[in-house]
Amino acid sequence: MRVLIRGFGELCITAGLVVLLFVTYTLWGTGRYTRAQQEQLSDQLQRTWRQPQVTTEKITLGSGIAQIRIPRFGKKYRYVVVEGVDLSDLRKGPGHYPGTALPGQVGNFVVSGHRTTYSAPFNRAAELRSGDEILIDTRDKQYVYEVTSRRVVQPTAMEVTAPVPFHPGRKPERRLLTITTCHPKYSAAQRLIIFGELVRELPRATATDQG
Amino acid sequence: MYAWIWRRLPGHGPQRALVALGLILAAVAILWYVIFPWLEPKLQFDRGVVENGVTAPPSSPSVPG
Repeated sequence: MRVLIRGFGELCITAGLVVLLFVTYTLWGTGRYTRAQQEQLSDQLQRTWRQPQVTTEKITLGSGIAQIRIPRFGKKYRYVVVEGVDLSDLRKGPGHYPGTALPGQVGNFVVSGHRTTYSAPFNRAAELRSGDEILIDTRDKQYVYEVTSRRVVQPTAMEVTAPVPFHPGRKPERRLLTITTCHPKYSAAQRLIIFGELVRELPRATATDQG
Repeated sequence: MYAWIWRRLPGHGPQRALVALGLILAAVAILWYVIFPWLEPKLQFDRGVVENGVTAPPSSPSVPG
């Protein structure tokens, strides 16, 4: 009997340690996958940018469409935005909502990303202040958006992704950017939404520090 | 359970401790590189996709975190 109880206790302690290890893995171990994917996506993106533009260029789910940089998060902060917001897409990096505007277009360029786990691209999103720049690099242009406001909404608030946020159906006139991520940190109870608006566009060749 | 395993490890003293350490590291490596990557996408406690998928229209993409 004593042997059984002791064995059960040992199993419980082992299970606890395994769960702790799993938490460590989800928070930090998952970033390894994202970093590898980002490296690959970045190479692919640079390669397509170097090639002459094809007019029939199609955007496939899971492929890189642009690069996002946020100076507030440091010089090294750089992610390839992938097309799609499925689980598999967001594991690779921030994802663009298919169907929403592309960078620089009139409407709402909506990007979602992890706040924790998988490299946590938007981990520090709450630090963004009005006027902070969000740089979106595409093949020819660098679009400079500035943060305009911030909201915490319910996970079902799809209206933030509308071409005119909170007014689905209204015809857009401005060029907006919306970032959605989890809120609060380590939870998925709500969503933190960062709104931005295009302030200027530059030719990319001179705007980025890499070719 | 662990006492039972310990008694069956080869070697003596520090040597036996090294073998035990090796076994522990092997177990951690299997968990970290094989089992957790398989298990993690199935749990999704960080993303909140499910609740959204249920409430949002099917055409709308979910808002993961």
